[in-house]
Amino acid sequence: MNQHRLDLMLCGGTGCHASGASEFKEALGAELERQNLDREIRIIETGCNGFCAVGPVMLVQPEGIFYQQLQPGDAEELVEEHFLKGRPVQRLLYKEPASKETIPIMDEIPFFANQMFRAMRNKGQIDPESIDEYIARDGYFGMARAVNELTPEEIIEEVKTSGLRGRGGAGFPAGVKWGFAAKAEGDIKYVLCNADEGDPGAFMDRSILEADPHAVLEGMIIAARAIGASRGYIYCRTEYPLAIDRLSLAIENARNYGLLGEDILGSGFDFDIDIYQGAGAFVCGEETALMRSIEGKRGMPRPRPPFPANKGLWDRPTVLNNVETMANVGQIILNGGEWYASVGTESSKGTKVFAMSGDVNNIGLVEVPMGITLRKMIFDIGGGIPKKRKFKAVQLGGPSGGCVPEKYLDTPVDYEEIAKVGAIMGSGGVIVMDEKTCMVDMARFFMDFIQDESCGKCTPCREGTRRILEILDKIASGHGTPGDIEILEDLCDVIKTSSLCGLGQTAPNPVLSTLRYFREEYDAHVYEKRCPAKRCAALLKFTVDPDKCKKCGMCYKVCPSGAITWQKKEVASIDREKCVQCLACYDACRYDAIE
Amino acid sequence: MLSHPDITPEMKQRIDEIIASHKDTPGAVIPVLRMCQDVVGYLPVELIDYISRGLNLPRSDVYGVATFYSLFSLTPRGRHTVRVCLGTACYVKGVKEAMDRIGRTYGIGSGETTDDRRFSLEAVRCLGACGLAPVMMVDQHTYGGIKPDQALEILEKYE
Repeated sequence: MNQHRLDLMLCGGTGCHASGASEFKEALGAELERQNLDREIRIIETGCNGFCAVGPVMLVQPEGIFYQQLQPGDAEELVEEHFLKGRPVQRLLYKEPASKETIPIMDEIPFFANQMFRAMRNKGQIDPESIDEYIARDGYFGMARAVNELTPEEIIEEVKTSGLRGRGGAGFPAGVKWGFAAKAEGDIKYVLCNADEGDPGAFMDRSILEADPHAVLEGMIIAARAIGASRGYIYCRTEYPLAIDRLSLAIENARNYGLLGEDILGSGFDFDIDIYQGAGAFVCGEETALMRSIEGKRGMPRPRPPFPANKGLWDRPTVLNNVETMANVGQIILNGGEWYASVGTESSKGTKVFAMSGDVNNIGLVEVPMGITLRKMIFDIGGGIPKKRKFKAVQLGGPSGGCVPEKYLDTPVDYEEIAKVGAIMGSGGVIVMDEKTCMVDMARFFMDFIQDESCGKCTPCREGTRRILEILDKIASGHGTPGDIEILEDLCDVIKTSSLCGLGQTAPNPVLSTLRYFREEYDAHVYEKRCPAKRCAALLKFTVDPDKCKKCGMCYKVCPSGAITWQKKEVASIDREKCVQCLACYDACRYDAIE
Repeated sequence: MLSHPDITPEMKQRIDEIIASHKDTPGAVIPVLRMCQDVVGYLPVELIDYISRGLNLPRSDVYGVATFYSLFSLTPRGRHTVRVCLGTACYVKGVKEAMDRIGRTYGIGSGETTDDRRFSLEAVRCLGACGLAPVMMVDQHTYGGIKPDQALEILEKYE
């Protein structure tokens, strides 16, 4: 292999791609060639680096210098100054927003420094399309140990010791699940990986698949060895074409290396993996529905028991774990369960990846040790709320989860503690919301999602979620009547207790948790016909308060329909005839002057 | 056997190959529907019938699958598919305004296609690019941070 003086780890994740990483890559490549450096410096396109907020980003190795917001025009200066003369380009380095201090080294940037990488330990560090680079970072060593040194019982014991719990949402102990499937009788057994990441606001699985596909394969092979499975499927969303490409390549490379297929590493153990592309149904993230989908049927859940560990895919014993869970397994077998369990809380061990987005400065993927507080995650790693606005709530766990208000921000990241405050760990979506978010509108948004994705098999979920949506619509449009909130509560209770699968049982959560913490907002909508956060267009007057207006003209500039008249040193006014009620002026006004 | 104004003889040949290579694979109906949709652009009912005969499955089963998954379309699609992400992060960042403007400008709602088959508009669930919210995808290209005006400007580039 050629030795290179520098490796330029350019992020090729979806975020950086859309911010222009490929155009930059082209310019940089041309520039390196022009300066005759292309033999000593190489560009490696990695998976998602995680710091999507400042993309496109690039890490210069082995120096560890981190560049952000790279544009094609920056290539020449980078090559000339840094790669030839050894002077990092200051203006492209990370600057701490508060102190304005420049931080050149990636590991010292607060966003990275407070994280702990396990499931994502290879992200941005290796070329995801190279199996050799994965192996060079201890890849497949855990699998080799599992296949050649350990008995299936010892593998399961190790995973139990690690305390690894399902990262897809439910948090069921992985080792226990494997134990059930290992004991089950069957002529053939299956290991499935759930890569049908559907929760809006969660993109960690995509990122792991794109950055480190072999880690997922390794986990699956170990699981297969533990339960005695011979076939595996990765059920991946069709909306993730890059992940599917990288997985396909990884599977092919692993087969060529004898790490997948027949007689793995000469141990006599056979296991092979295929990718199954989903076809766009949120409910297929539910395990029984996912299995029906692979069988070529409508993806509808069925009652449990029998559990998939006994009767799963094609009615055979099946283990299903999600991407993040699988990505942890190889390291657990290599370093031991106790190593993994050395981090975390009493009941939640190891690390968890969160996808942080919404009204937060550092949008991106973060991996934190269990037990860290939500406050630390949002304010230290996430960098707080932009535009000098106030924090209002954080939605955890996607549409099945709930919101956590300011007063519970010191809750530690732990399956049980988060459940106590009315949310769930879920798959790890963290949507930060500032004071301009209306909680009724938010609940309405999630209910719209859920009722659309309800598969229709059981009545409480199919009919109930639609009724909830209707009532929320009614409230948000200013037609709420006394008693609506109580009916909502009743409906939520029925749906929660009587739905068939996890989708329905958790569907009312966004409504319940907003009612729990922000009931006064519901009251304001129903009884005063007022939306305190000023999001529900039907309840707004679209008039300018002359006392609050600072005559800055921001509203005038953003109005798409020319409905606002304004002149320097004059209070703005809105023409209701022309107004399309898009709310752009509300967002733009920093003085809360539009009623 | 299979005659439909939108299906050319070349397409039919491809469809026959797809069906033949999946005939005996259990659970193949979803991949077959996907590949056939890629060939024709959508799934006319006549094609669904043809696939069910080819795979030796009840028509109701194949129709049931085709209507369950949002990937499949039983009506003609535009030359370009515009997917506007209505995921939580994009919603919080005001993607709805962009969606409304696109819909009003081209006179189509979510799931509809313009009369000249230029655009099909889809409201989709999280595209997993929340860092760029609000996000829109035109065919395979992702655009981040879209405001209503920008969204319309971007669409102008697609004929």
